[in-house]
Amino acid sequence: MQAWDADRAQARIRQLEHLPGALLPILHAIQEEFGYIHPDATPLVASALNLSRAEVHGVISFYHDFRHEAPGKHILRICRAESCQAMGCDSLIEYVERKAGVKLGETTADGSLTIEQVFCLGNCALSPAVVLDGEPYGRVSPNMADFLIDNARRAQ
Amino acid sequence: MSVRVYVPRDSAALSVGAEGVARAIASEASARGLDITLVRNGSRGMFWLEPLVEVDTPQGRVAYGPVSREAVAGLFDAGPFDAGLAAGEAHPSQHKAHPLCLGLTEEIPYLKQQERLTFARCGIVDPLALDDYIAHGGYRGLQQALSMEPQAIVDAVQASGLRGRGGAGFPTGIKWNTVLYAQADQKYICCNADEGDSGTYADRMIMEGDPFVLIEGMTIAAIAVGATQGYVYSRSEYPHAFRVMQRAIAIAYQRGYLGENVAGSGKRFDLEVRLGAGAYICGEETSMLESLEGRRGQIRPKPPLPALEGLFGKPTVVNNLITLASVPIILDKGAEYYRDFGMGKSRGTLTIQLAGNIRRGGLVEKAFGLTLRDAIYGFGGGTASGRPLRAVQVGGPLGAYFPEAFLDTPLDYEAFAARKGMLGHGGVVVFDDTVDLAKQARFAMEFCAIESCGKCTPCRVGSTRGVEVIDRIIANQNRTQNLRLLDDLCELLTDGSLCALGGLIPLPVMSAIRNFPEDFDKPAPLSPGMLQMIDVLKSNRLELERVIHGTDTRN
Repeated sequence: MQAWDADRAQARIRQLEHLPGALLPILHAIQEEFGYIHPDATPLVASALNLSRAEVHGVISFYHDFRHEAPGKHILRICRAESCQAMGCDSLIEYVERKAGVKLGETTADGSLTIEQVFCLGNCALSPAVVLDGEPYGRVSPNMADFLIDNARRAQ
Repeated sequence: MSVRVYVPRDSAALSVGAEGVARAIASEASARGLDITLVRNGSRGMFWLEPLVEVDTPQGRVAYGPVSREAVAGLFDAGPFDAGLAAGEAHPSQHKAHPLCLGLTEEIPYLKQQERLTFARCGIVDPLALDDYIAHGGYRGLQQALSMEPQAIVDAVQASGLRGRGGAGFPTGIKWNTVLYAQADQKYICCNADEGDSGTYADRMIMEGDPFVLIEGMTIAAIAVGATQGYVYSRSEYPHAFRVMQRAIAIAYQRGYLGENVAGSGKRFDLEVRLGAGAYICGEETSMLESLEGRRGQIRPKPPLPALEGLFGKPTVVNNLITLASVPIILDKGAEYYRDFGMGKSRGTLTIQLAGNIRRGGLVEKAFGLTLRDAIYGFGGGTASGRPLRAVQVGGPLGAYFPEAFLDTPLDYEAFAARKGMLGHGGVVVFDDTVDLAKQARFAMEFCAIESCGKCTPCRVGSTRGVEVIDRIIANQNRTQNLRLLDDLCELLTDGSLCALGGLIPLPVMSAIRNFPEDFDKPAPLSPGMLQMIDVLKSNRLELERVIHGTDTRN
């Protein structure tokens, strides 16, 4: 992921602005590029789609996926839905929060890790499920979470 | 002769190491100079066996699982990848020799006892090989549809008894008929693949394992109602499924199954896949349409029905993915064939997804009517923890919590409604006896508060008030009055909400109270401050005893 760059964002907007209902595809593209939606993206998107900034802001803030600030280098998303609850995701989350020293939705002080909640990854036969940097993992024990997090941090 | 070896690329299989197994097999084969063709199929849906490796033999596909990367070399030593051995006399005993060998895949009871219609090809074909799809009966439904009048296609779907598999169970043929007769310059087909219910993964499996069946089903729908543009609305949580769908759509265009001349018929159908952004409410059809149009996923009041004023205000068929993926086989084998499966008003098959605390979690496609007990114990093998089962939630976060005593309920829309539950999208989440239903009821309200779109007051405000009331019940504050208040609040949510989120969230909440009253009648848990005070008092007492008796009782 690269740092915010208005020209680069503008280029991604241009690629998609012709689509019917282009706003979500554009926001996904911006987040894919920078890891979050920089506040300066709002007026760019608004003017490309002939919307008000308020409308664009309303959409960004409606969807849980869109981040308002840069995430850590690695992103661990832990499922909190019923199937994973039945397999102990609450204690897994408690464990990860203690290990990382941050709560769900926060980034560690060194910027190495963001942990987020997610409601269902569609891996419910192998609960508890997590996604680390886009890679799915199933039947995740605290030990395995340890391994995944340490491995990712070392690899950076 | 090259031996075909199958290693799934289904994301659940990937989550337990299928990628590493596939790589290990490829490198081991080249190190040993063996000629193998590695096929990355979808999953068969037996997730406790993933990564499930299959090897083609003259007798059929032989399965090994769960295979770890470390076990690959041993598998090669046993010989299944050796073409000479695989084809030769020595094969059955050779295969059986390996401890991970499960025998012929088709003979595994979990699969053999199913009736796979919609999932007929999932896990069998290469998801992105169109010729493979066609060789396994693909596009026969479309060929049939192209020889029929639009009304006849709609009639066939209606006669099959197919009902919406997203949860509402509305007859698909009636919906299509409405769109067929709507007058407009543009009509749309929208596939609802925003599979947000916990415990469900059937849509994901089709997108990753047999994407062409969805493309075919949507194309048939388009030809039936006169639509020329389709959208698949999937989830950002399903990035693998998104990529497979995109590639499958590109292949279908290249091969003339999408675009301006579908299969040489002169009819046009364009298709695109879009992603949501982590909002459960976008699985509600009108929210999904808003989201597709680029707005906040806030629901629209009905009427007007999407069938008349849907996407961009045009007549739109909105169907669940499994509904659309069931259409090709109905057209191919006939409405009677499909209708002959099932019971009562629930015709055809249900894709049951076993999840949560379950020993053998996976996809079970069976005619409607199987009991919950047979699904959970017969197929699923009981709890994963080995502890007694205490509760089952069927139908996702808006589904009821059933106790053990309800397990003989047949999986059927009406039978579930009669027990104040719902089938939903077929997800079955099993809990063992460590579950606390008061906590689950609280979570249901919390989830509703997080995911409410905010359009109507009962859901927006009521869900937060619900969390507060349940907190007071758990804390044993005026418990009797607060239970009455919660009952009242739930009645308001049921009657006053605009859509199914607020309207159905009382199901898990009230079923928890009704079926597990003991969990709402426990002493209040001690607060952290109280626990701390007890610690202080204890150490004070020890100190006092030490002073009085001159002994240290701490040891």
